Amino acid sequence: MSDAENQIRETLSSNAVVLFMKGTKSMPQCGFSSRVAGVLNYMGVEFADVNVLADEGIRQGIKDFSDWPTIPQLYVKGEFVGGCDIITEMTLSGELDQLFETEGVAFDKDAAAKIREANG
Amino acid sequence: MAIQAQEIEDLIRASFPLAKITITDLAGDGNHYAAEVIDESFRGKNRVQQQRAVYAALKGKMDGANGQLHALALTTKAPE
Repeated sequence: MSDAENQIRETLSSNAVVLFMKGTKSMPQCGFSSRVAGVLNYMGVEFADVNVLADEGIRQGIKDFSDWPTIPQLYVKGEFVGGCDIITEMTLSGELDQLFETEGVAFDKDAAAKIREANG
Repeated sequence: MAIQAQEIEDLIRASFPLAKITITDLAGDGNHYAAEVIDESFRGKNRVQQQRAVYAALKGKMDGANGQLHALALTTKAPE
């Protein structure tokens, strides 16, 4: 197992929600990463952010790990959930709420409803 | 670096010959596209599985700094 893969597994096993993104949750450096981090922040979800721009090994490693070519990538309880398009769709359909509920991840239900109202 | 909408459709078409494929050039710069792919083979698969198959069809065009395609917003589903 490569160092990058070890590091990825370690991060995923010690955090319920992890976003691999370009930039950080407080300073995203790509619109797609920004959108997903913004949704999670707004919904009050506690998550670990991994800046792939800070580590080329992780940047490629996470794509190999998930067999998914783009960043951002959201993981819940170690499982790859999706990138920006999928997370946007799941937020608007309420599937993301369901997933968080099923997995016991705390989030602000009212905030989630407000996102849907504003984009309905 | 840019890529034509037709080229994207052709690549997807090669793997999904019967799909309904709609490509939209979002920014008019040949770099930011949206693709909607509706195909029977997606039935019973989740979105990650569906879109992995589409990415595979694009054969590395999305790959990082060397990729010709910076952004492709994907929507995938099975026919109603």
